[in-house]
Amino acid sequence: MVEVQDRTKESFQQLATAELPALYWLARRLVRDGAEDLVQEALLRAYRSYGTLRQDTAAGPWLKTILVNVFRDQLRRQDRTVEELPVDQVEDFSLYQTLVEQDPLPYSDTLHHDYLQAFGNEDVREVLLRLPELYRAPLVLRYMDGFATKEIARLLDVPLGTVLARLHRGRRRFEQELWAYAQETGLLLKGAVR
Amino acid sequence: MTEHQAVIPCSEAVRQLWDYLDQAVSPEEQEQVEQHLSFCRTCCGELEFAKELRGFLASQGAEELPPHVKARLERFVDDL
Repeated sequence: MVEVQDRTKESFQQLATAELPALYWLARRLVRDGAEDLVQEALLRAYRSYGTLRQDTAAGPWLKTILVNVFRDQLRRQDRTVEELPVDQVEDFSLYQTLVEQDPLPYSDTLHHDYLQAFGNEDVREVLLRLPELYRAPLVLRYMDGFATKEIARLLDVPLGTVLARLHRGRRRFEQELWAYAQETGLLLKGAVR
Repeated sequence: MTEHQAVIPCSEAVRQLWDYLDQAVSPEEQEQVEQHLSFCRTCCGELEFAKELRGFLASQGAEELPPHVKARLERFVDDL
């Protein structure tokens, strides 16, 4: 483990190398293309501000935070305006209920569990990428990378209430897209229940 | 449940389930959700599925890097 006092280039390299998988997979969930570039830009920024890292044990969250900052800055530069989804467009869908009603795995005794298990990592990523960044980023940060909602609000520079609303709509939209993706790709017909 | 609290409908209970699991609801809202769950089997199913889905998302961890990506990123770190 790298000591805090030992802020040498070599110690940063050691610390960064250990976090590369976590950074890369986070980046892959945030952007369709350019995940490696996102990681590299984050590493550059992190190296320049290595002195601000207070505890070596916090290196993982610290690097992820920097990566999210880079991601946020990229979005601002692209200046893409994504409209908030109308509430009623996403409120009505329930994947739980849809599975009960459609019963896509009639021989399963654990339908909801087996349905989710049909999705591999790449399938989940494809489903996530169907969501606008506005909804995808809070969902990824909260439920896949464990950031607190207040921290997400700070990182994305939006009010807490906005994060909570986007999480709610993002979850609903994610459920909708899980259903749509499986239907469109024939995921369950491939005998892909793993 | 206090007397003045109205029973919430399924739509409202479902809307609050994830926040309920996050412990991000007020004590009053928590009580309302639990009251609803005490009699609504469908929403209990929704709750169990919400737990399942959260666990599913959390389990999508960081796998090993593809070799070509690993090589490029490690070279980048070495060149810092």
